[in-house]
Amino acid sequence: MQTLSLVEQESTKMKKHGFSIRVDGVEQDFGAFAALRDVTLDIQPGELVALLGPSGSGKTTLLRVIAGLNLPDRGRVYFDGEDATNLPVQDRRVGMVFQNYALFKHMTVADNIAYGLRVRPRRLRPAADVIAARVNELLSFVQLDGLGKRFPAQLSGGQRQRVALARALAIEPRVLLLDEPFGALDARVRKDLRRWLREVHQETSLTTIFVTHDQDEAMELADRVVVLNEGRIEQIGTPEELYDRPSSPFVISFVGEAVALPVTVADGHVKFAGRELHIDTHGLRSGPAKVFFRPADIAVAAVGNGEIEGRVESLRRTPAGVRATIAIEGYDQTLEIDSPVEHAASLGEKIPLSLTKARIFPAESSAFENIADGI
Amino acid sequence: MAMSDTVLATNMKSKIRRRGATEDTRFARFVLISIAVSFLGLFLFAPLAVVFVEASGKGFYAFLDAFRDPDAQSAIRLTLLIAAISVPANLMFGLCAAWSIAKFSFPGKSLLITLIDLPFSVSPVVSGLVYVLVFGAQGVFGKFFSAHGIQIIFAVPGIVLATIFVTFPFVARELIPLMQEQGTVEEEAALTLGASGLTTFWTVTIPNIKWGLLYGVLLCNARAMGEFGAVSVVSGHIRGLTNTIPLQVEILYNEYNSVAAFAMAVLLASLALITLGLKTLLEWKYADALSGRARKH
Repeated sequence: MQTLSLVEQESTKMKKHGFSIRVDGVEQDFGAFAALRDVTLDIQPGELVALLGPSGSGKTTLLRVIAGLNLPDRGRVYFDGEDATNLPVQDRRVGMVFQNYALFKHMTVADNIAYGLRVRPRRLRPAADVIAARVNELLSFVQLDGLGKRFPAQLSGGQRQRVALARALAIEPRVLLLDEPFGALDARVRKDLRRWLREVHQETSLTTIFVTHDQDEAMELADRVVVLNEGRIEQIGTPEELYDRPSSPFVISFVGEAVALPVTVADGHVKFAGRELHIDTHGLRSGPAKVFFRPADIAVAAVGNGEIEGRVESLRRTPAGVRATIAIEGYDQTLEIDSPVEHAASLGEKIPLSLTKARIFPAESSAFENIADGI
Repeated sequence: MAMSDTVLATNMKSKIRRRGATEDTRFARFVLISIAVSFLGLFLFAPLAVVFVEASGKGFYAFLDAFRDPDAQSAIRLTLLIAAISVPANLMFGLCAAWSIAKFSFPGKSLLITLIDLPFSVSPVVSGLVYVLVFGAQGVFGKFFSAHGIQIIFAVPGIVLATIFVTFPFVARELIPLMQEQGTVEEEAALTLGASGLTTFWTVTIPNIKWGLLYGVLLCNARAMGEFGAVSVVSGHIRGLTNTIPLQVEILYNEYNSVAAFAMAVLLASLALITLGLKTLLEWKYADALSGRARKH
């Protein structure tokens, strides 16, 4: 990939690794609906952060608060330690890439990219030839050489995405914000652009925040992932931390597949369907609770050592072996286990299962039930 | 059984080949088209032709003479003046209304959308009468204004007010769906790129709505020049002072001065034809811009 000397120069001139961002206790209400509730978040200079959550979780609202397009009802936003809460959007120098690109339809690609430079006050505006040179540089950076005279309607989705990025980079932003950057693209283009965005981030070393509802996208791209649900931050962590140490039932269900079992905790012992599960309760109070585990973390146990009893409901041949659908005794839930052909169980057979890894959370709210059912 | 199925299928196929399911027979087509054309001919083209024929009935010079009448000239001047005031006013009001409806949400928004249509649903005569009641000698504001020596009813200000009221919906109704469809995202993009509100308005908002805006202004202008009902009530028909072209036509016609009446009518009709022509041209360009926006690869 071609390097962008200009953006590099500019960013080194400004600061080596982009700007830090701090969101402190931000809340936003839309009428009776609380879109953001007490959101606090620290983003390091040059970090690539994903805001992940289902629709309505507040992730786009948070991005817009950082951009200055939404004014939070409470809380503050800091750019590099400076309070930017009341800084108008024009003065924030954020490079924003909108969900459907929001390119100016009536302008050519080159005019779109030049827009941010042309609207500057006269004393800060570069000369026309400087702007033209910069536009060409950005065009080749986003691999769209020679397409400057086209109109947005004459470009493919992926190309429009690149124009939107070039337009955002033209103003030498302090931070790059992307709202569902790959949402409107087909799967193959998505994958290419994902890798490409990683490269852009490495080359520009801009602090970058992107919004997504696709956990694969977040896990693959981001240094850290912020999981949002119902306007609250559920967990902030690296992809490893989210996979291995999910901090709430929501996170474990939303990030990757998970199976939930209702259990009871009594004096540090976890019981499911009359048998004991060997799970550390971490001092959980006695009462109803839920155990979450990944499909990969359950295995067939030796006879007599099973924590959970399953019954083989159906068998299906796969290239690698046999996939058994197993109904869990005592609970209306099935799971699938692959086994080699020679060890395949027979239909209706009862088999003992044990958990290799699981997490336990207290069962409390009704929201919790919904999450468990949604697996 | 199987054979009859095959026969049926072949039959249907041959029928389908002859004409599509939605195409009618040649006879039905002929009847429908003739009805449409003769209706248009009888009710639209013929009267229009009569206007032109009657106007030139006593020769071209008689036709021209009609415009030498000082009253006629005054009517033309007044009509142009009314249009020159009310069209820009409604351009502004329409833009404001469309902007606030399309880009903000506020309580009473749906009521406002309904009210914008009021001038279309109310008879122009009624709206004229309302102005007489409000601004007339006995009206609420009328007393205030007449105390300060300003006459509204039976004078130019009243005609302007009535015209603005009647033509208000044209620009607003043209712009609201257009602006609603476009949303605010391009404006937001411009703001993040550092553009001020005013710069954003001129460089992003206006270019996106310019064809729709022009279209609305054209229709607004045509109606402003041609409005009869509301203007008739508030004008007082004072010759050479408060008569617009439509009112002048009626007066001349009632005086059996048909050449002069039709000469003035020709003026209005030509205006309508020019407006139609421009409108068609715009629709053609506008549709092009629309399909350009929708085109995808």
